[in-house]
Amino acid sequence: MAGDVVALEIPAEAEFVALVRLVVAAMARSDGGLSAEQIADLELAVSEACTNAIEAHDALSSSERVVVRCRRDLTGIEVCVEDRGGGFDPSSLPNHPPVTDPTRLKFERGLGIPLIRALVDEVEFKAADQGTAVRLVVRNND
Amino acid sequence: MVGGRMDLVLDVNQHGAHCVLGVRGEIDVSTAPRFRECLIGLVNDGHRQVVADLSEVDFLDSVGLGVLVGGLKRLRSHEGNLSLVCTQGRILKVFEITGLDTVFTVHASVAEAVAET
Repeated sequence: MAGDVVALEIPAEAEFVALVRLVVAAMARSDGGLSAEQIADLELAVSEACTNAIEAHDALSSSERVVVRCRRDLTGIEVCVEDRGGGFDPSSLPNHPPVTDPTRLKFERGLGIPLIRALVDEVEFKAADQGTAVRLVVRNND
Repeated sequence: MVGGRMDLVLDVNQHGAHCVLGVRGEIDVSTAPRFRECLIGLVNDGHRQVVADLSEVDFLDSVGLGVLVGGLKRLRSHEGNLSLVCTQGRILKVFEITGLDTVFTVHASVAEAVAET
């Protein structure tokens, strides 16, 4: 995917996630190919990926930065969030009980990955340099 | 506030037996701890019927959902309840995707929420 590229390196701190959302939304709006709903979905998916990255760094007390690369072209937008938080296997996440099960309320976390999967057209979790790279793609409407 | 966006504003009002927590701004990993602290404080102060008014929330992520689930669990353990007011499509969509729209009672207005017995 060639096209306009913006890259951000942010401290692994919660206060910077809103800044990433702003930048990604600005890139997503730049050529009018995405609907407002698609842009809102992408903002949320990117926010979830950044939150996971920051929490992974926090668990290791890492001072490394989180890298966000955003690429926009005529087909859509691709956002990669790379951390150095030690890596994780998304397939190892526990399945939540169904929402009709009263024990569901024991799970206050773990909704981020399912949200990401539901909100973007394509998602890929890859082992990266000492961490994880999450690649998100939202395609333009035809 | 980042880039002119509203951070998070919380205000509490009593409507009869209901305590209404008005939430404005964005609920994410940065602001959710204050939201959680506020909800816990309400329960600790003895409130049992709490309404979280999310009609002016611009952004809600999974951390914010977790705060709401935790609040509901805490209130139910005290024989109380947490209901929601939500009108924005992008916020309702988050509840629908996660199935939490079937866990919470979601109202279209504060008046409707506090009319609930």
